[in-house]
Amino acid sequence: MSLPKFDSLKVGDTIPVLTTKPISRTTLALYCGGSGDHNPLHVDTDFAKKAGLPDVIAHGMLSMAYLGRAVTNWVPQNRLRSYSVRFAAMTQVHDVVTCSGRIAEKMTVDGENRVRLELEAKTQGGTVTLQGDAVVAL
Amino acid sequence: MIDKKFIGTESPPVSIEVEKYPIRLFALSIGETNPIHTDEAAAKAAGYASLVAPPTYAFCLNSMAAQGGGARNTLYQDMGVNMARVLHGEQSFTYHKPIVAGDVLTFRPKIVDIYDKKNGTLDFIVQETAVTNQRGERVVDTRTVIVVRN
Repeated sequence: MSLPKFDSLKVGDTIPVLTTKPISRTTLALYCGGSGDHNPLHVDTDFAKKAGLPDVIAHGMLSMAYLGRAVTNWVPQNRLRSYSVRFAAMTQVHDVVTCSGRIAEKMTVDGENRVRLELEAKTQGGTVTLQGDAVVAL
Repeated sequence: MIDKKFIGTESPPVSIEVEKYPIRLFALSIGETNPIHTDEAAAKAAGYASLVAPPTYAFCLNSMAAQGGGARNTLYQDMGVNMARVLHGEQSFTYHKPIVAGDVLTFRPKIVDIYDKKNGTLDFIVQETAVTNQRGERVVDTRTVIVVRN
């Protein structure tokens, strides 16, 4: 992976978009096992319906992991200094998540050139599910 | 509304060993195909001692450590929080060192703020957790905002 050049980046530049496949029940079951979050809202349709939802919902942290992949597809993980999100809306089973980022700020901290990315995850209907930012060193 | 006296409360530290197969499973579950998470040779070639945990995995390790044995943490019960009414509002990570398979991590959670919005219909609990490895090195700091719908 070649590192983006700090000097040639501008505020407003975007990173490559990551689009997931529709989130399947298998993906949610796998994420339950992988994450240790076994909340039945994510795998048990009967439970989700009793809780007043149309069907199971995806873990917010799964979308955070997808959005993080958009960042670490752009720079190696050891360049990541911080990563934050706010969970804005629920993601339903079968949703397609599109993860995007743009450079919001360029700075030099501790002698290190860094950029702050503004990040967003959206579902196919345009609902913003996550808003966040990440600081990476270049 | 949650009593603000709980601000500053530290929960007992919890620890967990980071293992290879769970890292591979987590990478698979998030669709991550970078071999630094699944192939030791690739991880070593990239400068890591072993398989490296993806950026959000520290959150999962924290909940796995909290689930694993020991005295049950009753803090949320003590605060009067109905766990069926909580939402994950925000999550942050500040990275210091990589987390790799073989590490033994210790999580030290602390409630750093409690506030309410919308005339008390929503409570916010802010928890910060310092995470150190077996050498006492700080690997990551996490910050979680929990929203309670009253």
